[in-house]
Amino acid sequence: MSSSSSSSGAQAAGLSDRVPNWLVPNLSGLHIAAVLIALLLIGLLLVPVAQVMIVAFQDPATGAATLQNFVDFFGTSLFRESFWNSFYVSAMSVVVATAIALPLAYITTRFHFSGSILIQSLGFIPLIMPPFVGAVAMQLIFGRNGTVNLLLRDWFGISIPFMEGLNGVILVQSIHYFPFILINLSASLRNIDRSMEEAAQNLGSHGMRLFRRIVFPLAMPGYIAGAALVFIKVFDDLGTPLLLNVNNMLAPQAFLRISSIGISDPMGYVISVILVVFSILSLWASFLFMRGKDYATVQKGGGGMAKRSLKPLEKTLAYGTVILILLVVLSPHLGLLLLSFGTIWSFAPLPDGYTLQNYITMWEGSKTFILNTVLYAGIAATLDVIIGTAIAYIVLRTGIFGRKALDYLATAALAVPGVVLGIGYLRTFHQIDVPFTGEPMASWWVIIALALMIRRLPYALRACTAALQQVSLALEEAAESLGATKRRTIQKVVIPLMTGGILAGFVTSFATAAVELSATIMLVSSNNDAPLAYGIYLFMQTPSGRGAGAALGIVAVIVVAIGTIASQIIIERDKKLKASGDAH
Amino acid sequence: MTKAGIKIEDVHLSFGETEVLKGVNLDIKPGEFFAFLGPSGSGKSTLLRAIAGFGPDPRGRILIGDRNVVGQSPWKRNVGMVFQSYALWPHMSVRDNVGFGLKERKLPNAQIRPKVDAALDLVGLAHLADRMPNQLSGGQQQRIALARTIVVEPEVLLLDEPLSNLDASLRVQMRRELLNLQRKLGLTTIFVTHDQEEANTTSDRMAVLDGGVIQQIGTPQELYDTPANLFVANFLGTANILKGRVEADGTAARFVTETGDHLSLPAGMRSSGSNIVLRPQNITLLREEGPNTLTGTISHKEFLGSQIRYLVNAGGTEMVVDQSHSAGLDWFETGTQVFLQTNTSSAIVL
Ligand SMILES: Nc1ncnc2c1ncn2[C@@H]1O[C@H](COP(=O)(O)OP(=O)(O)OP(=O)(O)O)[C@@H](O)[C@H]1O
Ligand SMILES: [Mg+2]
Repeated sequence: MSSSSSSSGAQAAGLSDRVPNWLVPNLSGLHIAAVLIALLLIGLLLVPVAQVMIVAFQDPATGAATLQNFVDFFGTSLFRESFWNSFYVSAMSVVVATAIALPLAYITTRFHFSGSILIQSLGFIPLIMPPFVGAVAMQLIFGRNGTVNLLLRDWFGISIPFMEGLNGVILVQSIHYFPFILINLSASLRNIDRSMEEAAQNLGSHGMRLFRRIVFPLAMPGYIAGAALVFIKVFDDLGTPLLLNVNNMLAPQAFLRISSIGISDPMGYVISVILVVFSILSLWASFLFMRGKDYATVQKGGGGMAKRSLKPLEKTLAYGTVILILLVVLSPHLGLLLLSFGTIWSFAPLPDGYTLQNYITMWEGSKTFILNTVLYAGIAATLDVIIGTAIAYIVLRTGIFGRKALDYLATAALAVPGVVLGIGYLRTFHQIDVPFTGEPMASWWVIIALALMIRRLPYALRACTAALQQVSLALEEAAESLGATKRRTIQKVVIPLMTGGILAGFVTSFATAAVELSATIMLVSSNNDAPLAYGIYLFMQTPSGRGAGAALGIVAVIVVAIGTIASQIIIERDKKLKASGDAH
Repeated sequence: MTKAGIKIEDVHLSFGETEVLKGVNLDIKPGEFFAFLGPSGSGKSTLLRAIAGFGPDPRGRILIGDRNVVGQSPWKRNVGMVFQSYALWPHMSVRDNVGFGLKERKLPNAQIRPKVDAALDLVGLAHLADRMPNQLSGGQQQRIALARTIVVEPEVLLLDEPLSNLDASLRVQMRRELLNLQRKLGLTTIFVTHDQEEANTTSDRMAVLDGGVIQQIGTPQELYDTPANLFVANFLGTANILKGRVEADGTAARFVTETGDHLSLPAGMRSSGSNIVLRPQNITLLREEGPNTLTGTISHKEFLGSQIRYLVNAGGTEMVVDQSHSAGLDWFETGTQVFLQTNTSSAIVL
């Protein structure tokens, strides 16, 4: 088998028996591709990030290696406070996100509960909105003079500081990111074998004790995976604190230092190092915790999950909890919708009146943003799936030296916060000029598209790898045994069979790149080059622009929603097609 | 330890529309080792789980001692159950697994420890107390699961195919250990299996289930020697079944097969029914025709060591015949014509 897969058609069969794989002429195209991709990843990911790391340990004046920057950082009370705040906000967001996700996951997986599917899918909705977009709407609903507090003051004479300072960031982030915990925790809960629980009941355990001693510990790996993800995302996020005007956190400080003092100020780099270290630390901690705890317990003789029927009182309680949580979770969307259609909304529970004016203003003021977004996200997503397919093929189907490294390098982008990548690009590319025009590369719009490309590459790569894994090697071998060359086999057999997966990868990359803010905000040099996310940020800076900003936000939500749904549909249809193909 | 019997009275149980148990009646004596035997899907697990309180509530009554447990929560029943998958909790050490039930019963730690040690001693695994379940072999997990159940001193012990995840030799060893343990504790035990050898070798009595209905209850010998119906006859051991009718003239009765052969029946044998059941070892192969013989041709033979198993085509029916083997004995070659002499005193007419 392996000799036929490495042979390059009938003529070359004799040759390939004697010479090593990498000398067979038809494979060299893949080698060139591998080298090009490696160079691209080194240039656009490794070098910029390394730059940031190095500068953090350099004396800004002399360039000598030093720890002074870190001493300065921790010697400044603002930075110490920012560090603590970032940590506190991330930890609290995990706590609040848990409080939201745990009841939803538990009720929907452990009980017969009509609407479970609804909840499990509504649970994903927050993810289709960039968190900073909802932040302003949340201000209007939960802020000091927002809907909820106005009503509370009217009815009870109290107000609750949901959105004051760090609280606001925590609330917005946990509402946005709790689905990570919900998804992982639900999956874990669903994987607990019925007999695990029954054995405990048989020995006299039930209710909360059963949950605390058996169910939750068994679901812990999923929970930790989700919680670690939430922690990192919140720790790295720039858009939300910026929009809520909370600047005493790490990511905003990095942004502000670089954008106000300039790229020679070392503090932005120190913060970047801290962000990266924390990203890696929390991934590592969750890895350590989960080692040896593969509790996939569905076993022989068991039978999945035991779902229990709710008693009437429990049912009321469960519905109450779920509805309350869903209201809170969907409030950014509702708020944004109201804001986008509202005339004036201030010091009132609801907007004073409704209009389409915001959408008109938005359209007039943001055509460039939208066009830019389509351009950038289009370039990024196209490159992502091309590179993703190539890497997937190289990793899965060839023995090219260093292919794993290529995979790891592309995936490593996950651990690089957008702010860090942005700073890295500014630093690396400001000395390089764009050919012909002569402007510095760092302020060239193409760089924005490339940053987006790097940031979304890990997702596209996963999609392409999954797609390729579904293409049976036998099909390729069949083509080759009929005399097709490697290149033609890839063109005529592999790529067409992967289309569904590749398309899904494209759509996801496009939709999420379209609303990216943290890297782009650093790289946008003029409003003419700004994409949609940046446009929303600009609109939201002024009270009069909020309506139009919200309208643009709705556009963003719709783009991401359509993208998500489309990629789901593509994946499903592809699966069905493959399944029916297998049946014949 | 308190010994309690189990009485099951007219139990019906349905999953939605499908009725899985259709009127089960059983009376298991205190201290008895009782087996549920039946093919896959016959409702053995469902019945066992109903006793433990899992699954939908059944109609009818289930009495443990003299308390009806139908409708009672599983955690209140004090019924010990060992799961087919063992269901050891992977996040707890062996000691914590075994101590779990005692903790739930709010026993002080000082009392839990010695009890756990004693239970582990009983299954011979005291030295593994600090291991995690994934560091145990299948047989060890099985014993820990058993220790975890008996440490809380349940009134009855329920075992759902406890040996099915073990390999063959270990299965034989474990079933002996299980029986010894049961005898030592005198615990009323129900053992679910679809392996008749397991049921035969362990149980005092057993119930054969099929399609949610109990087909017969009795000791292993009773069920083998006097099956109540064809299902039981077929399910326990190998049975050759010939169709035909009983003819009686005066005191002598004979079974006339569909092919017209006559097999005289001993006096006093039940004399109605249209099937005769012949066990393979109750047929002798002869080279000459004699009384009570059928004619057939050897179609296949298997050497099993102590026995030779022949498949004989007798008038269109494939019959299984076992002949004991000793050195030097002649074999019948395939294709040979033989005469099957039936020992009708051990035959059963159904
Ligand atoms: N949760 C359930 N929902 C619906 N039907 C079920 C359920 N559990 C069992 N059944 C059905 O009830 C019947 C009896 O199942 P049961 O598990 O008691 O069989 P069993 O005798 O234990 O078989 P096995 O030897 O395979 O374990 C089967 O037909 C099965 O399909
Ligand atoms: Mg069963």
